[in-house]
Amino acid sequence: MTALLAILRRDLRLALRHGADTLVVVLFFVLTVSLFPFGVGPEPQVLARIASGVIWVTALLASLLSLERLFQTDYEDGSLDLLLLAPTGLEGTVLAKCLAHWLTTGVPLIVATPLLALFLGLPADGVGFLLLAMLLGTPTLTLVGAIGAALVLGARRGGVLISLLVLPLYVPVLIFGVAACDAAVGGFPVRPHLMVLGGLFLAALVLAPWASAAALRQAAE
Amino acid sequence: MALLEAQDLVCVRGERIVFAGLELVLEPGEAVVLSGPNGSGKSSLLRLLAGLLRPAAGRILWRGEPIGDDPAAHRARLAYVGHQDPVKSVLSVRENLAFWTRLKGGAESAVPAALERLGLGALAAIPGGMLSAGQRRRLNLTRLLAAPATLWLLDEPTVGLDKDSVATLEAMLATHLAAGGLLLIATHLPLALAGARELALPGSVGADAVP
Repeated sequence: MTALLAILRRDLRLALRHGADTLVVVLFFVLTVSLFPFGVGPEPQVLARIASGVIWVTALLASLLSLERLFQTDYEDGSLDLLLLAPTGLEGTVLAKCLAHWLTTGVPLIVATPLLALFLGLPADGVGFLLLAMLLGTPTLTLVGAIGAALVLGARRGGVLISLLVLPLYVPVLIFGVAACDAAVGGFPVRPHLMVLGGLFLAALVLAPWASAAALRQAAE
Repeated sequence: MALLEAQDLVCVRGERIVFAGLELVLEPGEAVVLSGPNGSGKSSLLRLLAGLLRPAAGRILWRGEPIGDDPAAHRARLAYVGHQDPVKSVLSVRENLAFWTRLKGGAESAVPAALERLGLGALAAIPGGMLSAGQRRRLNLTRLLAAPATLWLLDEPTVGLDKDSVATLEAMLATHLAAGGLLLIATHLPLALAGARELALPGSVGADAVP
């Protein structure tokens, strides 16, 4: 447990001191979303209709931006060997790193979301549930992304490869994340969608550390 | 029963046999210096013994038990120094070492003394990115002092070190062996190691492809 806390603290500290990385993710998120009114026109009804979808898709892309860093720097400077040799299980190490990654990229995205929802004119009923859906969905993005990030270690152009590997796996989160928000706006029950998002998160929580750890062991060979 | 034992070890890298039929027995307080030409598998042997690589054939035993039976216990008792120095440039020298110490379950109180021993005491507060190559290597070696381990696997630890640091390293190795520790070291620089055996890896088996 001490070891896992040490990894969490180290990764948070690294992310804070490399503050630009988090900033880039959030700025990308905000800028890309604000491009849409220019592209589709300023009609409030259209923007309000597509708001949840735009925010979710952009959040997916923004979280991809930072995934490459998750294991790459540790791989390059030899830290990965020592993380593999730590007495704690590698699965726990992966979880700690994912938690740090989510805190430094997922949470800032969630924080920026109300502003963007307001900007696109998303009805107030939808905003709360959009945030709730993102709270359940973004950890899944990090966990699933970790598998991709571990698999591409040592590959050239790893960042592009991660997108190809991971984006198809993000589709369920996208569908139910948008559906939760749309259901809230339309006055339909939101619970089932949130339950599915919760289920996806739990499945990722169990499977992703195990799969990432296997990929990391392979990368060290 | 030997503490560490390798039986008929075969290492295959990229469909090439690096070495085969390797036998190794190590008792407490014993040191083995690995020698051989480049590519003869010195690093691979160290990584095999650390459990980072899997042998293509053969067994690695600790007190007669395969190390794969309890990998966590094996990881806890070994310290590995590879080619790279895992130093994060935005963490201070002290933070870098404190992290690896905590990860290994060591006490953070051992950090200042370890830094002092390798002449990094005055640099404890500066960021890792400011260190020279030799200083980074010294910081890497402080891990050996801060978190105790029985089995030291060192891969060319003297690269980049100055004369004084090499002498300090030799003293560290002597203390480790005197305390009953085990040491496997690949080095091109002859080190003063009392009673160390040499294991020469031929480096010629590799001509044949694996069937």
